Amino acid sequence: MTDQTPALRLENIVKTFPGVRALGGVSFEVFPGEVHALMGENGAGKSTLMKVLGGIYQPEEGRIFVEEVQTVMTSPLQAKAKGVMFIHQELSLAEELSVAENVYLGELPRKSFGRVDWARLYAQTDEILDRLKVSFNARTRVGDLSIANQQMVEIARALTVEAKAVIFDEPTASLTDAEKVVLFDVISDLRADGVGIVYISHRMEEIFKITDRISVLRDGEYRGTLVTAETDEDEITQMMIGRSLDLSRNAAPVEVGEVALRVEGLSCGDLFQDVSFELRQGEVVGFYGLVGAGRTEIAETLFGLRTPSSGRIFLKDEELKISSPIEAIGHGISLVPESRKEQGLILGMNCRDNITLPQVDDMTAGPFVADGAEVAIFDQYRDRLQIKTPSWRTSVGSLSGGNQQKIVIGKWLAMRPDVLIVDEPTRGIDVGSKSEIHNLLRDLAAQGYAVMVISSEMPEVLHVSDRIIAMYHGRIMRKFGVGEVTEDSLVQAISGIGGDGQAA
Amino acid sequence: MTKPTLSGLIKNGAIWGFIVLELIFFSVAGHFWSMSESAFMDFGNMLLLLKQSAPIGIIAVGMTVIMINGNIDLSVGATYALSAVVMLDSMSWPIFAGLGDWVIPVAWLLALLTGVTLGLINGLIVWKTGVDAFIVTLGAMLGYRGLVFMYNGEQPTYHLNWTMVDIAEANVLGLETPSLVLIAVVVIVWLLMTRTVHGRNAYAIGDNREAAVNAGIRVGPHMLLNFALIGFLSALSAVAFYSASGSVNPNDGTLFELWAITAVVLGGTKLTGGSGSIIGTFGGVIAIQLLRKGLGYIGADTETVNLVIGTILIAVLFLDKQLNRKGQEELKV
Repeated sequence: MTDQTPALRLENIVKTFPGVRALGGVSFEVFPGEVHALMGENGAGKSTLMKVLGGIYQPEEGRIFVEEVQTVMTSPLQAKAKGVMFIHQELSLAEELSVAENVYLGELPRKSFGRVDWARLYAQTDEILDRLKVSFNARTRVGDLSIANQQMVEIARALTVEAKAVIFDEPTASLTDAEKVVLFDVISDLRADGVGIVYISHRMEEIFKITDRISVLRDGEYRGTLVTAETDEDEITQMMIGRSLDLSRNAAPVEVGEVALRVEGLSCGDLFQDVSFELRQGEVVGFYGLVGAGRTEIAETLFGLRTPSSGRIFLKDEELKISSPIEAIGHGISLVPESRKEQGLILGMNCRDNITLPQVDDMTAGPFVADGAEVAIFDQYRDRLQIKTPSWRTSVGSLSGGNQQKIVIGKWLAMRPDVLIVDEPTRGIDVGSKSEIHNLLRDLAAQGYAVMVISSEMPEVLHVSDRIIAMYHGRIMRKFGVGEVTEDSLVQAISGIGGDGQAA
Repeated sequence: MTKPTLSGLIKNGAIWGFIVLELIFFSVAGHFWSMSESAFMDFGNMLLLLKQSAPIGIIAVGMTVIMINGNIDLSVGATYALSAVVMLDSMSWPIFAGLGDWVIPVAWLLALLTGVTLGLINGLIVWKTGVDAFIVTLGAMLGYRGLVFMYNGEQPTYHLNWTMVDIAEANVLGLETPSLVLIAVVVIVWLLMTRTVHGRNAYAIGDNREAAVNAGIRVGPHMLLNFALIGFLSALSAVAFYSASGSVNPNDGTLFELWAITAVVLGGTKLTGGSGSIIGTFGGVIAIQLLRKGLGYIGADTETVNLVIGTILIAVLFLDKQLNRKGQEELKV
């Protein structure tokens, strides 16, 4: 393999953003006919690296070679012209158009006077589809295809020119097991054709099934390359995390009170199945897992945004049917949602009005809203949460992410909930505010709230939680009690390995 | 919503600045081109302008509420016409024959009830089916107009009651009834939108419906109330206008929805919802009426007036976009 010319080679790529070194000298190569996995935690730099490859970011240092010819990437289209293709996790297809039109989108074959050469378009597309051994043809409307087949269309797109390297970014995230088998077949066909494949995934079982070598990134640094056949999960996990972070929760577990929320055998279609857990007053329970593991959906079900297909929910031993957020709020359950701006805030409104939004109904003097009472509530939570804003009149849209998040949290604290669910508490928040939010969550638990934290960041979930529940594919893989968790066991549990499935 | 910044001031005050410009322009231009004896800014002329603004103005206030809430209502013109038909026709119904002039409040009530009912129908369909308000009220626009024609064919519906005309042309401090109704509506709905829970929640729903749902706001009832309100205001507009004129043609009120939307948008309310003001809409209504009158005053014909208003609408929104652009974050599409 080593005497071959690499299909794609990166040399010492450096990319910095203001205050952050996103990539610190990453080198990496993939040979023709090789499947090369790229692994790393969220935030390790994988997506930045892909954007550099696709010409969306320009690196400060380093060089990119395609078949040992140095290349400057300026756009995904230009990367494609050089033979470097991307299959994204998120599909970007025009659903109303046919498969063929999507495959050749932007470069439809032409006849004279700019007319589309439909015969050639369909013939060429069917040729590519034959290679992929799919069940649909070039004239099928893309919107009628399953997600897996739509992904095949994306792959077909990559095959319209002679591909030298194809990069798969979490391609199996939304596929069923049967669909995965088809995808893996396609990948091995591509490999047999001498294409170099970069395969990005968190899922260990897939990595071991289809890859030849594995490169690991950590905190933007290249950590080394392993030969798949000669390594094991532990070694990879070590390379991926191996940081020496202070994980001691530096506080003895606070006094845990009675059970605030109990969930028994809760299921919601394909999203999550048979989920049971307890949440006690005074504790933070962290939910950790990959994107799509079903954590957010559990929160949404508890908050009345989804209807469970089976299972029971108890609040302080009283069984509840929660069919809307209004009911959830009435029962003392609050949700700080995953995306602040889309789901949590009224961006055009001022800080005060956002904080009092759920309770403004009860704050009236005669026919009008009682302004004074509202300002009093705002002042109270501004001081308690140390929200930094010039005045209550400032629109929340102009605050920093950290302060916006505090507004959302303040909004719910003002409702005096029993259970506070926080989904991705620090997504898109700078480092300083992160630890403030973490301390805040700890304080809230100490004050007796039952706090459920969903996070995709391991340091966060380790730092903030008393207990951790690891999820994989809609199921609870493993529950870690106070002081039981190690990074290795956590990484393995969320990758679908080593769990006990039915942990107590 | 209440950020006292410079760009905010320019934005909120823009429509009033525009009105001042119009006044200056037509006063000066009138000196050279006008056939009229009196000055443009003659007090009587301004009072007349306010009265002429009333029919569209009252509806535009309701449209502002609907648009802040993130919806739109295209059926207001048809609702206006149907309410007028009900009002004028009911006055000659045999069952009310013994009422004498007391038939007037009864007819008004029936007209307002008609408006509220039509609005509730729109609101219920939007709420319960989830079909876009644009489509629902487009259908309602055609449907309600169809009812108007079914009522009396191509014939006008008329009923003249001199007591009613007297009430409609009553005069307080120089302001005639339609002007008074317009001013009252502006003040009351302004209070509704800025000071009450319903107003607050309407803004929240229009700005970010998902977040509003997550905050436990009952989106449907608020929307329903707003559709009932605009139905009521469309009927009130008809009551104020037809009490004096006493005759309604089946095509009356056509294009009112578009004039109302024009005034609302000129007044700074966003088509996407969540932001806007009743006072701004009042300014928008006045600005349009000033343009019509002013252009007429200096001798332009109706076709020219529409061309100018159309051009100004686009120009104003382009300026607004420039003022509102925050840095270069906007995606180039």
